[in-house]
Amino acid sequence: MPIEKFNILESTCVPLPMQNIDTDQIIPARFLKATSREGFGENLFRDWRFDKNGNPKPDFALNRPGYSGKILVGGKNFGSGSSREHAAWAIYDYGFRVVVSSFFADIFKNNALNNGLLPVQVSEDFLKKIFTEVDKNPKITLKVDLENQEISLQSTGDTFHFEINAYKKSCLLNGYDDIDFLLSKKEKILAFEQLQNKT
Amino acid sequence: MEAKTLFDKIWDSHVVDSVKNGPDILYIDQHFIHEVTSPQAFTGIEKRGVPLFRPQKTLATADHNIPTQNQELPIREKLSQIQVKTLTDNCEKHGVQLFGLGHPHNGIVHVIGAELGVTQPGMTIVCGDSHTSTHGAFGSIAFGIGTSEVEMVFASQCVLQPKPKKMRINIEGKLNKGVTSKDIILYIISQISASGATGYFVEYAGSAIRSLSMDARMTICNMSIEMGARGGMIAPDKVTFDYLKDREYAPKGADWDKAVEKWKALKTDEDAVFDREININAADIQPMITYGTNPGMGTFIDGKIPELEDIIPESRESFQKALNYMDFTPGMELAGHPVDYVFLGSCTNGRIEDIRAFTSLVKGRKKAENITAWIVPGSKQVEKQARDEGLLEILEEAGFQLRQPGCSACLAMNEDKIPSGKYAVSTSNRNFEGRQGPGSRTLLASPLTAAAAAVTGKITNPADLID
Repeated sequence: MPIEKFNILESTCVPLPMQNIDTDQIIPARFLKATSREGFGENLFRDWRFDKNGNPKPDFALNRPGYSGKILVGGKNFGSGSSREHAAWAIYDYGFRVVVSSFFADIFKNNALNNGLLPVQVSEDFLKKIFTEVDKNPKITLKVDLENQEISLQSTGDTFHFEINAYKKSCLLNGYDDIDFLLSKKEKILAFEQLQNKT
Repeated sequence: MEAKTLFDKIWDSHVVDSVKNGPDILYIDQHFIHEVTSPQAFTGIEKRGVPLFRPQKTLATADHNIPTQNQELPIREKLSQIQVKTLTDNCEKHGVQLFGLGHPHNGIVHVIGAELGVTQPGMTIVCGDSHTSTHGAFGSIAFGIGTSEVEMVFASQCVLQPKPKKMRINIEGKLNKGVTSKDIILYIISQISASGATGYFVEYAGSAIRSLSMDARMTICNMSIEMGARGGMIAPDKVTFDYLKDREYAPKGADWDKAVEKWKALKTDEDAVFDREININAADIQPMITYGTNPGMGTFIDGKIPELEDIIPESRESFQKALNYMDFTPGMELAGHPVDYVFLGSCTNGRIEDIRAFTSLVKGRKKAENITAWIVPGSKQVEKQARDEGLLEILEEAGFQLRQPGCSACLAMNEDKIPSGKYAVSTSNRNFEGRQGPGSRTLLASPLTAAAAAVTGKITNPADLID
């Protein structure tokens, strides 16, 4: 089941300049009761986005009319906490295709990559620059080029080279999926099991 | 031969193949599943038309999204009922053993794995739950995975993982009065931060760790993820073997002797090198409590919340935001602050020793009037044992009740939600905003500290209440 291919994306972004944005904020546990993958975007950042009565909180970035786009920019240690893949599904379902931060929690990063959501890890300085520029003008765009592993701030021309595992990169560029890959390794897995049973 | 860490030994012996410039294909010996993170994975393999490859290596329980009262009745909340039913149907269809609601083996996935002896040294273990690191206490590589990875295990009994870096945390010396394994791990996280071990797999070592029981070791490994670590582990020893012997799924007879021989080799070679090593003196640790909205924001109960100037500049805004949420101020003392709720339970502290510790402190005392207490055993077996040992009577005498097992208020998926604005001293693992219910304010602490709060109605150092 192929994931959506990713190559180059240029878009405005939504800034969340907070550290330690955990998966309970991204999608609170009480919204994990669904048995399908769809529709979690509705409750993305539920308790930051809406008040008790379900009215949008005007100050929250997703509710501010100036901010939009397919790139979410968060502070250090994004996606910490629970392994719930629902967090990656919710961000994707809302319409984001890239999350930028100076540091990602491991499980979130894996979950994002497995769903065609690209986590782009930048330096603290570059992250600060993005926040400053977006604060000045919400309409500025970021360009993410996966092939060349570059993210650039179009308003200033600043560019950052980001790291990504070569295997994961090729999965995203080509829309490959890990399970198809693992299924193609069945022979080796069976051989491993035989060896393990002997020892 | 190259000196290896415990982690290397287990990892390397489970690599089926390596992807060039990419992750390893890691074979999984034991897979645990529960109702919340598995349904989409079952749908996934069904859509692909592939069977569950090794159903006998997957074990299921219902724990996250179940009530902790009246479990014998149908689940009232419709969506929860559907989710639990979906798990039952999926397990039946794909031949997976399920310890569902009401089953004598039912309980929190990370509690039952150990108490049934399913979890064993040297294994690779995964589950769609970040606290899978708990099982590392037995000297296994255990870590949490996402639902896509659950599907990978269903399809191939493997996951694709880049090998993490290695860290060792040595804790030497004797523990102070009132200090438990929960205080040790809260102390470690407060020292290295909620992201300080991201990218690492941690081995805990040293005399203080060796002195701990299996229940206590599990508490430490459980919270490895709260400092970002992929997992945590402790080399197996006599304590481990004694715990496992005669457990239902543990090897028996000659197989047992053979297994123990093999398990004894599971330790880090003397010359093995870690990417990072941290040394901690046990004597420096006092009973801990958290004051903020991530598990790294912890301090001694008798200590104070840091001043703003003690925090590095780029973290000040997040620090202040957390304190605003908690309605605390920088520099304030925590001891004596009123508490509204006490939660004893979860995969962190829902085992029998935790209930014993709580009971030992409340024995002969009374629950404070301002406190609502939820005592939730981690499994049916823990619940039964608490009854059999007479703990229930002591608890009832002191004004407490025992609920039925489940994840309960740790993540508040069911109706066990701390109301908005209320303070809860909780033995669980996360103090994130709203984690225990929208607007809830969580103070993470040990079962002893929870008991001290439950009888005094405020944040209290348990060392002041024990002889």
